[in-house]
Amino acid sequence: MKKGALIPLIIFAVLVVFLGIGLGLKPREVPSPFIGKAVPEFRLPELMKDGESIAPADLKGEVWMLNVFASWCVSCRAEHEVLSNFINAEKVMVLGLNYKDEPDNAKKWLGALGNPYQHIAVDYDGKVGIDLGVYGVPETFVVDKKGIVRHKVTGPVYQETVRDTLLPLVLKLREEKV
Amino acid sequence: MKRFFLSLCLGLTLTAGLVTVQAETDILTFKSAEAEETYNGLIEELRCLVCQNQNLAGSDADLAKDLRSQVYDMVEEGRDRKDVIDYMVTRYGDFVLYRPAFQLKTLLLWLGPVVFLLLTLWLVTRWVRSQSVKPSETTLSDAQRETVRDLLDKHK
Repeated sequence: MKKGALIPLIIFAVLVVFLGIGLGLKPREVPSPFIGKAVPEFRLPELMKDGESIAPADLKGEVWMLNVFASWCVSCRAEHEVLSNFINAEKVMVLGLNYKDEPDNAKKWLGALGNPYQHIAVDYDGKVGIDLGVYGVPETFVVDKKGIVRHKVTGPVYQETVRDTLLPLVLKLREEKV
Repeated sequence: MKRFFLSLCLGLTLTAGLVTVQAETDILTFKSAEAEETYNGLIEELRCLVCQNQNLAGSDADLAKDLRSQVYDMVEEGRDRKDVIDYMVTRYGDFVLYRPAFQLKTLLLWLGPVVFLLLTLWLVTRWVRSQSVKPSETTLSDAQRETVRDLLDKHK
């Protein structure tokens, strides 16, 4: 066989490898630039406690999660039960960020589905959402005791996400010393 | 007359369409032409993260509207192009840039096409040279020459 005859085959093999890698990529999951950095500071009014406000600084010293949700968001409804079960079972401190939502709708939504959040910050105009790089609700950040973002889930949290990622991570972070 | 009414109706429908289209684009006033230019450049260059193959200028997603107004506010505050780009990159990562920064990890992206072009040019040149006509060594035998002559004569 001539040497040149192999060239198309080689090109084909290289293409297959690249296309194969391409199939495995998830372009919707934009890596968060906040991983390993401090969670952005903000102070927002609490949804359920009139006159009070909440800031990430208030939660320092604890492993906590920030969950971005809204009553208009269908995937939030989908993840709500899984997330609530996890929060209640492991007693995870969770700050909910009510993103671009009418407070009344949010209260109704939580009334119907249950409220697993210890704190809920009202981000009515979505400015804090921009500061957090939120681009698809729901999003869930895991923050360590020092206030550093350690992980981010974009999109709904599934049972598998809890089992494979969130639960092991929260347990590990709780072991870390401040 | 009927035709007149028809065209009137058609005309009205079309203009109505135009009016709604205009209403959907943001109507913004800028303090200077420069600011407007910066703004327009930025929303062309920044990616909408919801509909990832659109830029902020072309996207009608809620997030794109919010980010456009953020860009507008920053530009009106007098911040320059670089400030806005930095602001977006710290929040959304390099992915927000339609025109990727020239960094070590994007080297292949920027130089790849040039490298491939040069490589192809080199290969093609080499191939074309190898094809150059060599003087033919095969000659016809006397018998073949005879046959050819016969055929040509026959079809005169």
